[in-house]
Amino acid sequence: MTDQRWPAALAEARLHVVSGKGGTGKTTLAAALALALAAGGRRTLLVEVEGRQGIAQVFDTPPLPYAEQRIAVAPDGGEVRGLSVDAEAALLEYLEMFYNLGLAGRTLRRMGAIEFATTLAPGLRDVLLSGKVKECVGRTVGEDRRGGRRVPLYDAVVLDAPPTGRIVKFLDVTKAMGSLARTGPIHTQSEGVVELLHSSRTAIHLVTQLEDLPVQETLDTVDELVEAGLPTGAVLINRIRPSRLPATALTGAATGAGLGSGLRSGLEAAGLFLKDEEVDGLVSETVEHAERVQIESAVRSRLNAAGLPQLELPELTEGVDLGGVYELAELLREQGVR
Amino acid sequence: MTADRADARAGRPRHLDLDGLLADRDTKVLVCCGSGGVGKTTTAAALALRAAEQGRRVVVLTIDPARRLAQSLGLEELDNEPRTVPGALRNTADRGDGELQAMMLDMRRTFDEMVSGHTTPDRAQAIFDNPFYQTISTSFSGTQEYMAMEKLGQLSSTGLWDLIVVDTPPSRSALDFLDAPQRLSSFLDGRMIRLLSAPARAGGSALRKIVGSTFNLFAKAVSTILGGQMLADASAFVQAFDTLFGGFQERANATYQLLRAPGTSFVVVAAPEPDALREASYFVERLSSERMPLAGLVLNRTHPVHSTLSGARAREGAETLESARGDELAAAVLRLHADRVETAERERRVLGRFTRAHPGVPIIDVPAMSTDVHDLDGLREIGRRLAS
Repeated sequence: MTDQRWPAALAEARLHVVSGKGGTGKTTLAAALALALAAGGRRTLLVEVEGRQGIAQVFDTPPLPYAEQRIAVAPDGGEVRGLSVDAEAALLEYLEMFYNLGLAGRTLRRMGAIEFATTLAPGLRDVLLSGKVKECVGRTVGEDRRGGRRVPLYDAVVLDAPPTGRIVKFLDVTKAMGSLARTGPIHTQSEGVVELLHSSRTAIHLVTQLEDLPVQETLDTVDELVEAGLPTGAVLINRIRPSRLPATALTGAATGAGLGSGLRSGLEAAGLFLKDEEVDGLVSETVEHAERVQIESAVRSRLNAAGLPQLELPELTEGVDLGGVYELAELLREQGVR
Repeated sequence: MTADRADARAGRPRHLDLDGLLADRDTKVLVCCGSGGVGKTTTAAALALRAAEQGRRVVVLTIDPARRLAQSLGLEELDNEPRTVPGALRNTADRGDGELQAMMLDMRRTFDEMVSGHTTPDRAQAIFDNPFYQTISTSFSGTQEYMAMEKLGQLSSTGLWDLIVVDTPPSRSALDFLDAPQRLSSFLDGRMIRLLSAPARAGGSALRKIVGSTFNLFAKAVSTILGGQMLADASAFVQAFDTLFGGFQERANATYQLLRAPGTSFVVVAAPEPDALREASYFVERLSSERMPLAGLVLNRTHPVHSTLSGARAREGAETLESARGDELAAAVLRLHADRVETAERERRVLGRFTRAHPGVPIIDVPAMSTDVHDLDGLREIGRRLAS
């Protein structure tokens, strides 16, 4: 059976970029995806690049340093490591690698010289961040016991990327490089980044909610990604709330029609003899619910027109805690994520 | 005061009276802040409209409004100047001299005007022609915030309006609005660029002694990465800027002071989600340490229950009906009420964490609208909810 929600092409991607409009649950779903992809004895890396310490908050750990460390154990064995990439630290790492600055690097940082260099060319920050991500994707380790070949350290890398407003600019490394020197170590590595980001080893997923603005932003971003030649992945529809009303009652309910005396007798049959204002309150909640369901179905058909694979995640009424992230990861697995 | 204490003991936050704030003629500037995606722009526009309807002369400075909200404010033209919002006051002919104007920040143009205002046309042109200026005026990470403050300063100095409502840039953190201008200032102050572009000639500075020849090595490395041309452009830019810089710095400081002046109030907007409220919490602490006046918190898009029926009874009722194959609609109504009670309880819990940390902060709940706001009637409805 082919599962269109997570086609084979996505299962082969090594770098999963997760973006979305602010407030849609991008970080939470990036974390759930990293867990889902690690299930069954695999190892994934969850990376953030905006210094928000969102990963630490989701996994309830102390703030992450600029070092990969284990943050969660995945179902059926497997582990997720976390990394908070910081442009200044990445630049220092480069300088030390290529220019042997030694301890002076720290002094430079204290002086503000490193921050200055990364703000001088806004593209440089993005190049440094995506460069580090690429290095993690490509890193190999040890020796395969059977073949003696080196194997990738991470089965998949999940990037909690900047929100949709900035994502194309962030990933369009070629453009950013235009403002930088045409030679040198960072330039060389960036060519590799461009190659990775434009290849089928990368999938860019967009988190959305069934509301007008997030869906519009998602559709706009899909167009921008396609135009920039960047590979789109799945749309992750987050916080889906169940539609409680029978389909036949929906249209009427949105206007409040058909919710009068019939409802009262229905409630009485359930042993609920309510005051008028209690029934009125239930009616107004139902009208709101019906209006929302109608809007959701309208924006959903706009989303369907984009023709991307879709994954669906419900709203967790308890709110999202660590247990909630595992629950979402399990739901992703059930929809074919592997 | 006693009532407030009683509220605090009962775990009830104080009520934020926005109508009172808008009606108070001493309120001159209202800054709406919060993390991205919480409805800041809509809140700012709704407050501005409501104040105008109450007879105030208002301008609202929006940063990056969604397309349809911009349209509803008549903001299709981008000329970096306030324009009267068409149709805003049609129902209020009897309310006196109220007025609503709106504008969308054009940061490049604001930057250009600031440069032109501080130097001769020739020098200004030299700055505009520098390729590095293009970068700094359009994509430097603090420029938008800096220019929002600059524009606020300009609007305020004209004295044309008696209330200015400011939306803040959609940063990842609400604190960026307060920090970014400082970042841009220290970037432009020229010390570092002089060191980088000509470390040998920067004089026997203490800095150079500390790091010795390492700095030269660093400058070389940076120049390898960025390219010599970029450093040269940046250096020329900063030198040309040097003459303006005193004026800029003074101006930025004056605007920062405006944020502290009596007459300025901050409204923090947050959604009832842990992340948004955590950000709001940082911002409230920061305002207090900067001695900037916080009016209160707008808890935006809440889902209050409309019926006092308990969640448990609703669920039981639904089960009874479902097992008896009774009225399907009534069962559905009860189910969705039970969902709603759960959501409302979660939102109370999330808010509870905020109010325990900041018991003195007045709060207003703004129930979510089931449709998106994209016209003046929608803004009026939001305004009504903000003031209830």
